[in-house]
Amino acid sequence: MISQGTIKETALKLMEKAAIEIPDDYLSGLKKAAAAEDGDLSSFVLHAMLENYEAAKEDRRAMCADTGVPRWYVKMANEARIDGGPIALEASLRGATAESTNGVPLRPNRVHPLWRTDHNNNCGIGAPEIEYSFEPDGEWIDLTTVHKGGLFGTDYRMLFPGDGIAGIKRFYLDSLIAFGKRGLACQPAIIGVGLGGSKDISMVLGKQAACLRTVDDRNPDPKIAALEIELKDLGNSIGMGAMGFVGKSMVIDCHIEVGYCHTGGMPMSVHAFCLSSRRAVARIHGDGRVQYRTDPAWFTPYMRRETVTWEPTAEPSRKSI
Amino acid sequence: MGTDSGTLKKINLNVPVTLDDLKAIEIGNVVYLNGVVYTAREGVYQRVIEDGWKLPDDFASISNANFHCSPAAVRDADGSYRVGAMTGTASFRFSKWLARWFEVSGARIIIGKGGMTFDDYKKYFVPVGAIYLTTVGYGTGALLGRGIKKVRDVRWYDELGIAQAMWMIEVENFGPFIADSDLAGNSLFERENAKIKGNIDKLYEGTKPPALHRYGETDDRSEELI
Repeated sequence: MISQGTIKETALKLMEKAAIEIPDDYLSGLKKAAAAEDGDLSSFVLHAMLENYEAAKEDRRAMCADTGVPRWYVKMANEARIDGGPIALEASLRGATAESTNGVPLRPNRVHPLWRTDHNNNCGIGAPEIEYSFEPDGEWIDLTTVHKGGLFGTDYRMLFPGDGIAGIKRFYLDSLIAFGKRGLACQPAIIGVGLGGSKDISMVLGKQAACLRTVDDRNPDPKIAALEIELKDLGNSIGMGAMGFVGKSMVIDCHIEVGYCHTGGMPMSVHAFCLSSRRAVARIHGDGRVQYRTDPAWFTPYMRRETVTWEPTAEPSRKSI
Repeated sequence: MGTDSGTLKKINLNVPVTLDDLKAIEIGNVVYLNGVVYTAREGVYQRVIEDGWKLPDDFASISNANFHCSPAAVRDADGSYRVGAMTGTASFRFSKWLARWFEVSGARIIIGKGGMTFDDYKKYFVPVGAIYLTTVGYGTGALLGRGIKKVRDVRWYDELGIAQAMWMIEVENFGPFIADSDLAGNSLFERENAKIKGNIDKLYEGTKPPALHRYGETDDRSEELI
């Protein structure tokens, strides 16, 4: 049985880690981009960002004062048992979000869309979002928090099969260029592309692809994996770098997630995570042990299953933690 | 102190700045500030400009640098304030208030994310001798947090909340920022956009628009969202 005390304590630590510590995979990717960047303005920006991550860690202060819209992803193994059940779990996650807003401190960003009511704690109607997924076997739960910006860098479009791969590339370029100018998308970033699903799921898949997969992770479908690399290179060939200045570092990595869609359509979404790529993950085991990491390992073979029922394959889980 | 500016020229300014100070600024310079900087965005603009709320007397002699920003800050039980990080927010949204804001505040520096349009610079900034500084990244929130010496005053905290209140902050070596505009109204962002445009046109060569169009859609890639 996993206690609420452990969940709350872990969630508080995750909020702090996400806000302050740049994930290693993104940091390595950005360092590579900074080494390759030859635009003088873009290069200055990347080096300032690298220095900013150090300052944040040394001082234990937030990397970016725009908290974005903090949210939670919960993955529950099938045999996990939580003290108080999902209602208590949600109260703990909301509690940790509110407390760390005043603790770290984080800027309270969440307001009512019409009345602009601000509880100064990043909680309110539908906030923070909590998304769930499940996994066969095991007694653990994985908690991931993501603090992604909330205003720019995301778009959706209904494409059709006739638009083809060329149409996908064109909309991808449209989105990167539109939001890349003046650096509204806070690039260079991990770009997530959602293909298929219904309209809402297309958006969800793209966002999860940007926020819940690490740099250099590839889709298990080899053709999609090749397209990910092609889109990454395409983004970096625009001639635009950090803040929209002349440069070549726009995309640190590109991740594509797919879902089955209507036979007549090919919905697509594009999401830019940001220069601070704030995510932190922990696994709470059934016996109360907690392990922190930065890879959400959200997309598993079970998540991407195509069959009616789950048939465990002989191949080992792509990401065993 | 401060990030190595590489080949870019670095300038320190004391706030309040004078018109003469700003004559030295060229677009693309890296700028650090010392003195007092205040935050003001839509909440303050609406109340002061539309509802007639009063700014402090001699406001421009305390500070004439307006940061489009909300700090990651908290008011502790003893009434003191802690500010962790500061990050600019996109300025283009505040264009409609700027002419009046320059008039009532005497501001000469606007700081924020992403600059404003060339038209805004010509119409609002050039006539009053003001420039625009953009935050870097975005954002170097922790570096800016380090440049804060103390919170001098917070106005309208209870009425507007943490994000929209006016934070008056004493800063030292506060930066880096990049000058997007100069006194003549040139824009670094628009200069860079123009340089990139040729390559973008090449990238799109041979591609065709999607089957389903969207309202207001254009194929002119030099158009901006703002």
